[in-house]
Amino acid sequence: MANFETVTVETDLLICGGGMAACGAAVEASYWAKKNGLKVTLVDKAVMDRSGAVAMGLSAINQYVDLNSGANTLKDYCDYVRNDLMGITREDLVANIARHVDSTVHLFEKWGLPIWKDAEGKYIHEGRWQLMINGESYKVIVAEAAKNALAEAGGEYFERVFITHPLMDGDRCVGAIGFSTRQNKVYVFKAKATLVAMGGAVHVFKPRSTGEGFGRSWYPPFNSGASAFFTIYGGAEMTCQEVRFIPVRFKDAYGPVGAWFLLFKALATNAQGGNYMKENAAELEKWQPYGKVKPAPANIRNWLMMLDVMDGKAPIYMQTHDAIKAIAEKSPDEKAARKKLRELEAEAWEDFLDMTISQAILWAATNVEPEKRPSEIMACDPYFIGSHSGASGAWVSGPEDLQNEATRQEYFWGYPHMTTVSGMFAAGDASGASSHKFSSGSFTEGRIAGKAAIAYIADHRAAPNVDAAQVESLKAQILKPLDTFAQHSKTTTDPDVNPNYIRPTQFMYRLQKIMDEYAGGVSSQFKTSGKLLEKGMELLGYLKQDAACLAAEDLHELMRCWENVHRMFQADAHMRSILFREETRWPGYYFRSDKPSMDNANWLAFVNCTYDRKTEQWAMRKRPVKYLTA
Amino acid sequence: MPSFVIAEKCDGCKALDKTACQHICPNDLMVLDKEKMKAYNREPAMCWECYNCVKICPTQAIEVRGYADFVPLGATVTAMRSTEDIMWTVQFRNKEIKPKRFKFPIRRGVGEGQVKAFGHYPTGDGNLKSATLMCEPAGLNTEKGPVKFTAVPKL
Ligand SMILES: Cc1cc2nc3c(=O)[nH]c(=O)nc-3n(C[C@H](O)[C@H](O)[C@H](O)COP(=O)(O)OP(=O)(O)OC[C@H]3O[C@@H](n4cnc5c(N)ncnc54)[C@H](O)[C@@H]3O)c2cc1C
Ligand code: SF4
Ligand code: SF4
Repeated sequence: MANFETVTVETDLLICGGGMAACGAAVEASYWAKKNGLKVTLVDKAVMDRSGAVAMGLSAINQYVDLNSGANTLKDYCDYVRNDLMGITREDLVANIARHVDSTVHLFEKWGLPIWKDAEGKYIHEGRWQLMINGESYKVIVAEAAKNALAEAGGEYFERVFITHPLMDGDRCVGAIGFSTRQNKVYVFKAKATLVAMGGAVHVFKPRSTGEGFGRSWYPPFNSGASAFFTIYGGAEMTCQEVRFIPVRFKDAYGPVGAWFLLFKALATNAQGGNYMKENAAELEKWQPYGKVKPAPANIRNWLMMLDVMDGKAPIYMQTHDAIKAIAEKSPDEKAARKKLRELEAEAWEDFLDMTISQAILWAATNVEPEKRPSEIMACDPYFIGSHSGASGAWVSGPEDLQNEATRQEYFWGYPHMTTVSGMFAAGDASGASSHKFSSGSFTEGRIAGKAAIAYIADHRAAPNVDAAQVESLKAQILKPLDTFAQHSKTTTDPDVNPNYIRPTQFMYRLQKIMDEYAGGVSSQFKTSGKLLEKGMELLGYLKQDAACLAAEDLHELMRCWENVHRMFQADAHMRSILFREETRWPGYYFRSDKPSMDNANWLAFVNCTYDRKTEQWAMRKRPVKYLTA
Repeated sequence: MPSFVIAEKCDGCKALDKTACQHICPNDLMVLDKEKMKAYNREPAMCWECYNCVKICPTQAIEVRGYADFVPLGATVTAMRSTEDIMWTVQFRNKEIKPKRFKFPIRRGVGEGQVKAFGHYPTGDGNLKSATLMCEPAGLNTEKGPVKFTAVPKL
């Protein structure tokens, strides 16, 4: 076995990940840990200043409920999320996050995040729930709060340590294991409670661009399913693994459309200028009662657009120039109109520069001036991001005080946002069935779970029992790709082509080809069927066996190996869940051609699954959907 | 190559204890060629064009060339980030279109490193088992709202 030092870190709470949810957890848990004499440790595969989905910055805070203004209630937010997810949502979780999120946003402002304000000092909304920000340094600011909180409470953080597996003591999670991507060291974190916040997954499916632009997925290429693997492998019950997210964005560079639709009120049309939301309105009948709700669910808007694409009515255009013209025309005189135009132009470009710089490059390279002509939009590829408009993640306990009699039995088992594994908490993309948390809600869920984890530790004070044999066996497994490469790479003249192993990039391509062709990727316009899924799962079975033959030349490639093992488990859970749910519910996310309609009588239910790492078997089950609001 | 390093400008961050671009890249792409003392992007096809290496490089040696498989040549987007704002210049492929320049604030009122995580609002009940988070319920209120929370709201 490769010669790696083992570094052991003992802590009370371990936070895996350094993104929005992890930073929220670090702040809140540090506050309560300090009062209770406990230690918090955070570990991120990158550097917190610029890690995760907010690495580049963001131009909006997408969840602000604004309860204080009296304009919205918690019920309004629950209704919005329930409809957007076609009825499949845990209202106890959604409401729990929504009732705290405003205090998170107010803290962001205290920490120096520039939130746009009008002349009266009120926040400027992009849409009902969204606030506009100058968010280039959003993540830098949030990470600074987290690091300063950890320091003040005597905690610590590790960067450039990649977490591979949970450490288990029977059915209880007692920490995590991983390796440094900088030095030959394996890290063993022993913890009384562990909070999973390692984001969602991209590159499970083949992206549209497969050359140099491979990395220009909407979702960042550095979030690779670690949360899903960690919770699945630990035996946590998983939910909504079929509910992937496919955003519609500006074509190719995937620049955001939110500001165009919500702030500038732009219209999207087909190539003939037809409004697909109007022209295809008859289709909405099929997806009732959700089809006709305003705003239409994200996946239904996708679907109406896809119908036009399949009808040969592409390209689909965002009519940017009309929108800008309409706003400028409202100005009282020509001078004011010119000024307004300049403002709008800056706002439009900042929207990209804050969070999708590639789109600014693409517009400049294709001479697009949005005030002069429209721009193409398109559906991206499928991503796993339970914090956004997808829902995949671990099944977590809700808070006690929000349950009613019907939900308490199903949705409450102790500590808020703890998975079904004792001592393992999840937040952000890692926790499921509570969509539309976005950056602010993920941070908030991290806070809730962070406090709950400290409460758990206060009740479970015994030192974690970490079995040395388990650590040694995992260490050997983690480092095996390095051994495989060392052993075989010299036997062929080209180390890339060798019959004894597979390098992680080719392994990823194989996974993506299976998912693309059998599980409804881009090339099949997101359509699949039971028979396709069964065949895809057979091919995935071979890939799972071949994972034992992954080879890595160095630490960086070792990280790529494990990223792809993590993705493979996400893929497995996804295919099984689509297969189990015998209907089509989110037509704009995936379409089962053998079960083409929604079946509320049988499938207004959660699809949950669990994996048994000893037998390598999965178990599927239905869980009832129970609402808190009428 | 999404992000690329101008050989002449890169000094391998000799003056720092670690190379800035390698430190920051969220996808672990930037590495230093120790013989040449020059950095490079080891997997251009895994680059998100997030510009974090561009913004942090002390010698402005890193730029981005749009993904060759779908972006026509000739346009550039450059960033200059200071502690308080960021300046952008967008150059079009068609040089007859006037380049666009924008300046946006990046943080307001709190200096770099100065974020105080705690203490902005009192914390309600101090009870580890309650639903009240740090800084609540006071932190749920603003000066603007007609509703004032004295407890964490319920449905
Ligand atoms: C392109 C895009 C645009 C968005 N726009 C908006 C917007 O305008 N407004 C808004 O509010 N929200 C927006 N969101 C949503 C928001 O970014 C997410 O909801 C939020 O970041 C989720 O938080 P998280 O902590 O779950 O994941 P992330 O913030 O992505 O954090 C994941 C963390 O896990 C770490 N990690 C991953 N794997 C490992 C491992 N194996 N070991 C250790 N660490 C690991 C990563 O380095 C990172 O620190 C957008 C998301 C995307 C992708
Ligand atoms: S940060 Fe700039 S100067 Fe330093 S190594 Fe990277 S490219 Fe070279
Ligand atoms: S642009 Fe971002 S992803 Fe690409 S090399 Fe630079 S820091 Fe890494």
